[in-house]
Amino acid sequence: MAAPIGQPRVRLPAQVRAGEVIEIRTLISHVMETGQRRDQAGNVIPRDIIKRFEAKFEGQLVFAMDLAPAISANPYIAFQFRAERPGRFEFTWTNDAGESRSATQDLRLA
Amino acid sequence: MKIGMVLAGLAAASLTAVVAFAQGERPPNRPIPDPQSGRHFATPDTLAIQDDDFLNPAFLWVEEGEQAWNRVEGTAGQSCASCHNDATESMRGVRARMPAYHPRLQRVVTLEQQVNICRTERMGAPPLPIDSRPLNAITTYIALQSRGMPVNVDISGPARRFFDEGERFYNTRRGQLDMRCATCHEENYGRYLRADLLSQGMSNGFPTYRLKEQRVISLQFRLMGCVQDVRGEPPAMGSEAFTNLEFYLAWRAQGLPVESPSVRR
Repeated sequence: MAAPIGQPRVRLPAQVRAGEVIEIRTLISHVMETGQRRDQAGNVIPRDIIKRFEAKFEGQLVFAMDLAPAISANPYIAFQFRAERPGRFEFTWTNDAGESRSATQDLRLA
Repeated sequence: MKIGMVLAGLAAASLTAVVAFAQGERPPNRPIPDPQSGRHFATPDTLAIQDDDFLNPAFLWVEEGEQAWNRVEGTAGQSCASCHNDATESMRGVRARMPAYHPRLQRVVTLEQQVNICRTERMGAPPLPIDSRPLNAITTYIALQSRGMPVNVDISGPARRFFDEGERFYNTRRGQLDMRCATCHEENYGRYLRADLLSQGMSNGFPTYRLKEQRVISLQFRLMGCVQDVRGEPPAMGSEAFTNLEFYLAWRAQGLPVESPSVRR
């Protein structure tokens, strides 16, 4: 059974001017079990990672990342984005079992 | 009494300084009078994670702890907030003065144990296992309210006996490697043990997010690791031995700012 995907945290800068390149920062709580470890009885602990992160702006994919087992627990992902117009971001994290968790945040221009 | 016999034995071995140290009611001497926080021994990369509250993964625990603070549990229909109201005010300074002597129980209790005392006695809820995620979440949330405040535990009066016990544990050689805590953390701090830079073993950053464990850990979990590293048999987490040691360690770090939730390798 896949471990729960925790509450996402997303942070956008508060004051953004049109045309500015901003950093969008995300953090999500997840065990990122590698599939390489064994439990005390010697059985392999099945792999269970967040394998895909996607960020959409107004429905359009602007950033995506395939995650690998070597990435540590509670992955922090940050990326740059040129803010041209206000709109809504949607961020989605998907695990090995295909379950996903989303967060939305609005980009406002000063 | 057993302690007396041990002390007499030490005195016979002409370690008179140690005896005066352990028995006296006057303030003991600190082997490290001007302690340095573990952050002094951490890499800039690690500190960058600690010093950014968004990047610091321990804040996932803080958020869980904040939710737990207001959640009613147990037969009494109460939450932490029912008695203590707003944690940002009522819990300010608590982490800095724990562990502390509990007059009714007549022993020293850690922050973890105090949370469980509240749960069982006030809330009618089962105690949380020591070092479990829900308990670490609450203690991390409580500890955050004291961030920046100097560690200031009270070892006077009836607490002194437990302090002395903790000091004795600290200075007792143990394990196949026959090392005491001070072998690494007083005689060799600042030097490398393989790839690890030895710190002074100051406890002001706990609960801490340990990158090796990829989670927030409690101090007594780390102490188990230390004892295992010298190939000894550690006492259980939450035991009297480790609780007294945690009390002594807090006093060693007296004056250092509370850094919880710190990030360490």
